[in-house]
Amino acid sequence: MTHHTGYNFAYLDESTKRMIRRAILKAVAIPGHQVPFGSREMPLPYGWGTGGIQVTAAVLGPTDVLKVIDQGADDTTNAVSIRAFFHRVAGVATTERTAEATIIQTRHRIPERLLTEQQILVYQVPIPEPLGKLEPRIAETRRMHALADYGLMHVKLYEDIARFGHIATSYAYPVMVNARYLMSPSPIPAFDNPKMDQMPALQLFGAGREKRIYAVPPYTSVRSLDFDDHPFRPIRAPHACELCGSRDTYLDEVLIDDVGGRIFVCSDTDHCSERQAMKEAAE
Amino acid sequence: MSMPPLLSARDLELRFGRVAALDGVDLDIWPGEVVAIVGESGSGKTTLLRVLSGLMRPDSGSVDYRGQDVLGMGEAARRRLMRTEWGFVHQNPRDGLRMAVSAGGNIGERLMAIGARHYGNIRAEAANWLGRVEIDAARMDDVPAKFSGGMQQRLQIARTLVTQPKLVFMDEPTGGLDVSVQARLLDLIRALVADLGLAVLIVTHDIAAARLLAHRMLVMREGCVVEQGLTDRVLDDPQHPYTQLLVSSVLAA
Repeated sequence: MTHHTGYNFAYLDESTKRMIRRAILKAVAIPGHQVPFGSREMPLPYGWGTGGIQVTAAVLGPTDVLKVIDQGADDTTNAVSIRAFFHRVAGVATTERTAEATIIQTRHRIPERLLTEQQILVYQVPIPEPLGKLEPRIAETRRMHALADYGLMHVKLYEDIARFGHIATSYAYPVMVNARYLMSPSPIPAFDNPKMDQMPALQLFGAGREKRIYAVPPYTSVRSLDFDDHPFRPIRAPHACELCGSRDTYLDEVLIDDVGGRIFVCSDTDHCSERQAMKEAAE
Repeated sequence: MSMPPLLSARDLELRFGRVAALDGVDLDIWPGEVVAIVGESGSGKTTLLRVLSGLMRPDSGSVDYRGQDVLGMGEAARRRLMRTEWGFVHQNPRDGLRMAVSAGGNIGERLMAIGARHYGNIRAEAANWLGRVEIDAARMDDVPAKFSGGMQQRLQIARTLVTQPKLVFMDEPTGGLDVSVQARLLDLIRALVADLGLAVLIVTHDIAAARLLAHRMLVMREGCVVEQGLTDRVLDDPQHPYTQLLVSSVLAA
């Protein structure tokens, strides 16, 4: 099916896409730096991925294959409707397979499968400013970024250890990009942080409500902040996936009945079904 | 003195509209010296402190810190100075502390800002400094909001001194505290200053505090330094009519 003729390709008008691409180019040139952009009203509410969807619209071409994941899953409401949206307004092919996608828009997860140079990972970001909770003045946080004055972020980690005995930040764990800019990796679990380091794929971050775009170019160093005597540890539930038996992927806890029965399954549904298929083929 | 001054200011002028907040102020501070600036409200004391520490730009004049032009330096350099060799103790501890961060975190912030990355060491240093300002180390993980006013002020001092600065600016550090707490705080400041060989520029309207702490004293009025000299000399033999008035207005207990 070709796309809906009532819309410009990929919904946004060409000059808006050009404006967003300019912001993306600047973001790629300064890894981890938040670039303001003129975020548009999108046909979905703030918090549902308005930033990610605009970035995707700006980088999408007719031959691209789009995958959208929400909490690792391809079949949740948000993922299904954003995929359907781009299928209708751009006529692009969509997929649930990580390996086949050229653009992956994501909320909360990085796919378990290693991404390649041919792929772009687009994050939906609710709160782009990592210092915001500690320093409420935006003008001041921008100055802190400009001067690389990041001691305050370690105060947050210090407080975690003082209170809980370990760094209790388990998602949106702050990272240093290219040894210069402090960046919030959107609410992905800290488990996914190491995947950002030296990733071959381009990583783009879009925050619609906050009107910011930032990026990590391919093969860029991304380090999670920590202390010498409390090194960064990616955390996962200490179980094996109930469906595919994986012991090295990020797990979701799922209730299965109303008497407290629960199982742990892979949060990345595509990776899990791939492993299940492999297991079946081997048997 | 043959030693060069730590900080020296020349011809500072700053006007707020028609009011002259600073009217040709010169000032030198030598290493290890405590200098008090006294004067009535609105005489330009706090403005002088803010200009010297680079928080505010004067209309004209110069401030030199160990050969560096304070007014001409970039913000990055000034901030580096502010968190290493300088310290600023505010009158209201809420301005100098992070109220939602534990006492230990407050003391550790300056250490972490200059690159300390070992949690155990930061904590040990915080405990050491809590001890030096006479706060029970068991309260390290409490937030300052739970502390009394005097404790908050002592915590602010610990947080400022932890990086062993050379020069500390204090803006009415004993203001708003009751008398017995003031006395204890002054005693503490005096001991720390002697211990660490700090140079301190202290703004106060409390003549008694100035007498107790300061080696030298400047009396300000309407943006001018009307009299300066050794503390005892100024207080025992005031020359300028305003200083005479100031000294005679002190209530004897």
